[in-house]
Amino acid sequence: MVYINKNTKVIVQGITGHQGSFHSNEMIKFGTKVVAGVSPGKAGTTVNGVPVFDSVEETLNFEPEATMISVPAPYVKDAFYEALDHGIKVIYILTEHVPVHDSMAMVNEARLKNAIVIGPNGPGITVVHEKTKIGIMPNHIFRKGNVAVISRSGTLTYEIVKSITDYGMGESTVIGLGGDAIVGLSFIDVLKELKKERQTRAVVLIGEIGGTAEEDAAEYIRTEFNKPVVAYIAGRSAPPGKRMGHAGAIITRGKGTAESKIKALNSAGVDVADYPQDIPLLLEKKFKK
Amino acid sequence: MTFFPAALKAQVLVGGRGKAGGIKFANNKEEAVNYARDLLSQTIKGSKVKYVLVERKINIEKELYLSITIDRGKRRPLVMASTEGGVEIESVEESKIHMKWIDPVHGYSAYIAKIISKKLNLSGDLGKQFSDLLSRMSKLFEEYDAELVEINPLVITKEGKLVAADSKVIVDTDSLFRHKDVPINLDDLTELERIAKESDYSFVELDGDVGVIANGAGLTMATLDSLLLHGLRPRNFLDLGGTDSVDIVKNAFPLILKANPKIIFVNIFGGVTKCDTVANGIVIAKKEFGIGQPIVVRLNGVHEEEGRQILKENGIDAYSNMPDAVKKVAEIYAMITKGVN
Repeated sequence: MVYINKNTKVIVQGITGHQGSFHSNEMIKFGTKVVAGVSPGKAGTTVNGVPVFDSVEETLNFEPEATMISVPAPYVKDAFYEALDHGIKVIYILTEHVPVHDSMAMVNEARLKNAIVIGPNGPGITVVHEKTKIGIMPNHIFRKGNVAVISRSGTLTYEIVKSITDYGMGESTVIGLGGDAIVGLSFIDVLKELKKERQTRAVVLIGEIGGTAEEDAAEYIRTEFNKPVVAYIAGRSAPPGKRMGHAGAIITRGKGTAESKIKALNSAGVDVADYPQDIPLLLEKKFKK
Repeated sequence: MTFFPAALKAQVLVGGRGKAGGIKFANNKEEAVNYARDLLSQTIKGSKVKYVLVERKINIEKELYLSITIDRGKRRPLVMASTEGGVEIESVEESKIHMKWIDPVHGYSAYIAKIISKKLNLSGDLGKQFSDLLSRMSKLFEEYDAELVEINPLVITKEGKLVAADSKVIVDTDSLFRHKDVPINLDDLTELERIAKESDYSFVELDGDVGVIANGAGLTMATLDSLLLHGLRPRNFLDLGGTDSVDIVKNAFPLILKANPKIIFVNIFGGVTKCDTVANGIVIAKKEFGIGQPIVVRLNGVHEEEGRQILKENGIDAYSNMPDAVKKVAEIYAMITKGVN
């Protein structure tokens, strides 16, 4: 189990919005215990059978342990502090375009209080064998298994997860770190959890251009990680200085190229796929060893 | 004291201005007028000169480098300083760059200036000036949601003053909702990228000739990379995002067509974005805009069967598997370019 399990009680901040209502319903269908929603001015209503309140404080009777924040970017920081100040320890932020200074403040504050921030601007977390997810990953792509997937993107993660499932293998935990320059969790943070977790036998790392998170992960894998890892890195064709969709996907001052990441991973014994759909083949090779 | 010699500096939002001829020194009024006229007629690195700053020429004793930026890995602001100013910081040896991180929770503290000024050999009044400057820079960095505040060169004058001879501030565009006074700079965007931005598409213009429409930034990048591995060069990056709207799909095509690609590849993994919605958007676009180029479509995920059926009825081939689709793009591309040559 990584970060959440089948008993984790989840609230949704921004549950009456388009994303909040659609994805809370999908989460419930998947098996997640969504106990309450928060939406100022909407107290007393229900969404997908879930009671809605004006504030996080009013949901405390349900003993929430995790939250999904799906509110417009200017209000994310406030929603985050509201959750953190009321003792919620797993905070997933769906919202894209959160100011980077807000993210810096949030992720550092969370670390001081031993809380976990997943995102911003990521698809969330799915723990397949616990039949629980917080986030927006499509329900139909998973099969219970022992491959964990850690990624910086959304759709590309679904693509690769489905290719693993279609190949006849299955997943344990799938987590999207988020596509922004500053996010709550690094590859290393999640690898440390996976190291001690029993369900996971192999790890897929899906990285992309920008920053040095993949290089840092490679060093950790080389020196301390004990399970096989394969990877895919997006952005080989990206020109320097251009943001490729994600705020964090940019080669700046020569740093953060795909070549540098692939080289670092290869030297840590991690096979890097040329095409996303090659991931199941690389996994099979590792399992046979 | 006379105003001359004076420095005339072209006010453009590009780096390397001096090297590109954007700074002139005039010894008298006549020279100043001529240089100003000359600068105002120039375009420097694609940026038209609209303003010229005229100031007294600085008597340079030494040039330093000073900046505050965001360290992504450490998730906190980073102060960088060097005695090697006036050149791009990337070209400076790492051992000559002094770094200190700002605590993201309690913010900037003056001890950082104390430590760095010592490494820059700034003592006495210069040290005091430096401490004051860095404190104000950190305030600017924080108050304006900056990704970068840089002074390069930071000049020590012969008169013992610190002067910011050139500076650069990059404000996080995601924070502009609270900085109404900061204008959006579109100088770095191409014409097509500006049009795309107005219609809210996540779009990057590239220099190849295969048009690309995909969903999700990661999958779109992976699509471009897969084409490249087949020797094909993408014309653009276009991410439809997590929408389920026929219009958003349809209206992506005029944008792609403006880039005049030889072939168009649509690569969709359906989730929130449903494959039949995408198929309908493509069919309408093909009719409405009279698209002459071949279109190859890959649909996988939610409603893929329905989507492929819609395309088939309208004479467009659709694939389920991404590698198959990329191979098809390569085949058709080889055929049409062979025909042209």
